Amino acid sequence: MKRLLTLLALFSALSVVAAPAIAQDKPAAEAPAAAAPAPATATATAVPAPTPNKGDTAWMLASTALVLLMSVPALALFYGGLVRSKNMLSMLMQVFVTFSLITVLWCIYGYSLAFTEGNAFLGGFDRLFLNGTFDAMKGEFAMGATFSKATPMYELVFVAFQATFAAITCCLILGAVAERMKFSAVLIFMVLWFTFSYAPIAHMVWFWMGPDAYTDPKLVEALNAKAGLLWQWGALDFAGGTVVHINAGVAGLVGAYMVGKRIGYGKEAMSPHNLTMTMIGAAMLWFGWFGFNAGSALEANGAAALAFMNTFLATACAVLSWMFAEWMFKGKPSMLGAASGAVAGLVAITPAAGNVGIAGAFAIGLIVGPLCLWGVNGLKKMLGADDALDVFGVHAVGGIFGALMTGIFNSQSLGGPGLVTDWVTAKVGSNPILDQLWIQAQAVGVTVIWTAVVAFIAFKIADIIVGLRVTEESEREGLDITEHGESAYHM
Amino acid sequence: MKLVTAIIKPFKLDEVREALSAIGVQGITVTEVKGFGRQKGHTELYRGAEYVVDFLPKVKIEAAIKSEMLDSVIEAIEKSANTGKIGDGKIFVFELEQVYRIRTGETGADAL
Repeated sequence: MKRLLTLLALFSALSVVAAPAIAQDKPAAEAPAAAAPAPATATATAVPAPTPNKGDTAWMLASTALVLLMSVPALALFYGGLVRSKNMLSMLMQVFVTFSLITVLWCIYGYSLAFTEGNAFLGGFDRLFLNGTFDAMKGEFAMGATFSKATPMYELVFVAFQATFAAITCCLILGAVAERMKFSAVLIFMVLWFTFSYAPIAHMVWFWMGPDAYTDPKLVEALNAKAGLLWQWGALDFAGGTVVHINAGVAGLVGAYMVGKRIGYGKEAMSPHNLTMTMIGAAMLWFGWFGFNAGSALEANGAAALAFMNTFLATACAVLSWMFAEWMFKGKPSMLGAASGAVAGLVAITPAAGNVGIAGAFAIGLIVGPLCLWGVNGLKKMLGADDALDVFGVHAVGGIFGALMTGIFNSQSLGGPGLVTDWVTAKVGSNPILDQLWIQAQAVGVTVIWTAVVAFIAFKIADIIVGLRVTEESEREGLDITEHGESAYHM
Repeated sequence: MKLVTAIIKPFKLDEVREALSAIGVQGITVTEVKGFGRQKGHTELYRGAEYVVDFLPKVKIEAAIKSEMLDSVIEAIEKSANTGKIGDGKIFVFELEQVYRIRTGETGADAL
């Protein structure tokens, strides 16, 4: 995923023909509008506009559908199995509806705010209602950038792929406030948090002008200045350690504090009602995550292959490391532990997926298991919040760890692929490990503070408008009946 | 007439049913129940949360029998439900005042 979009309209390729320098001077986002249809007078030296590779397109469409699978049903089942049976439908509904709500908002204004040119914190409104992505009269599609020069992708594919990221990120938060938050308050919170935390963070981390804009060393500074803040700093986030997991995990913790503990928390048993569903959910998350991580290469290429393998390996490592740690310290290797280990591994490898080598995947997977096990035990007790399904303990802790490790294992000296040090020549190199680690730490810090503040305000506003919690009576009876008028099970 | 109620381990149900059939018990009623006795419960651990499960699943068997069968019924249940480990269950015996068969209106021992 990542970044973005110089929308070089296909036809604008022609800028190559006559006056490359002039074309480059245009802000990328204006390219489609500014670009005239290719002059028919193109000279014999004209290079045809690059068109999207069909294999890339097919892979990205499939990846997008895979990420949808991660939310509905995978995340819904993973979370649903962990709540008590009286709250099953409320969990499924919250995920299902949040996913739909964010998809709609994404197409109205979210995509534009995240992935068009604006300032270092937020994009603009060029793509409201996806305006300009498709010219019906001419039958022409706008192009977005990938990470390779002269390798455009249909911008609509990028819009769809990124929509699923925005939607699942919002859904992740729901686990922290499960079993007691009012459905209406959930919706209000989601609109606010998505607008003021997801979109800006995505813009800060992933928006840039695209590789094709970098044609001349003289342009680099100006082009960099148009990118998102954390991209400018050089933060690496392959598929969403900061944007997705830290963003959601910290918002979840804030929510757990603000919504308050479930009635009977710590006194009554709140055991998961169906770990079979949780296992199915975790397994489908793993499956879908291949689209999430390998798809974030934006092309069906080597980076995708690396991300795919790392996603595979780190997850398996984390299943084992969580399980053995639990076996050792808690007495038994549990199914929930194995499933949680898988999710922890997936979270941690997300920012690293195409940014580290196989050694990095081993290390990240093996360490994150025990780390997140601590996140849902020792750390959780220290924090004292009822983060019902451990969104912070798994997603924020795993996400922060993964983001930092990305800074270390990206280095070619540790088997990583390195990073592009010069987009004009697409030269690859490595930053000094400590330098990159420090950049990663700063990116984590910005994300944590930003999302915490926005989440606090968003929960407050939802509280003022409708109140965050259902009544005590409703909570005891279960949200399925009281909020949705249905029961999950009739047995 | 007596009403015999036995609480047994669930996996022993088939053996007990066979043993009772073998000595001529005409019918039993079975209920899945939960409870605790000297066996107590167990603990379950879900990530960081530990819950003590006080009530273990058991099966309750009820059989209405003629008084003269009581000793053999008790013996059959004791033998078939026994594992020798804590939690095998208990047998309760009640006086049974009257029995009616709904279909025919028969009463007393004829209705058993």
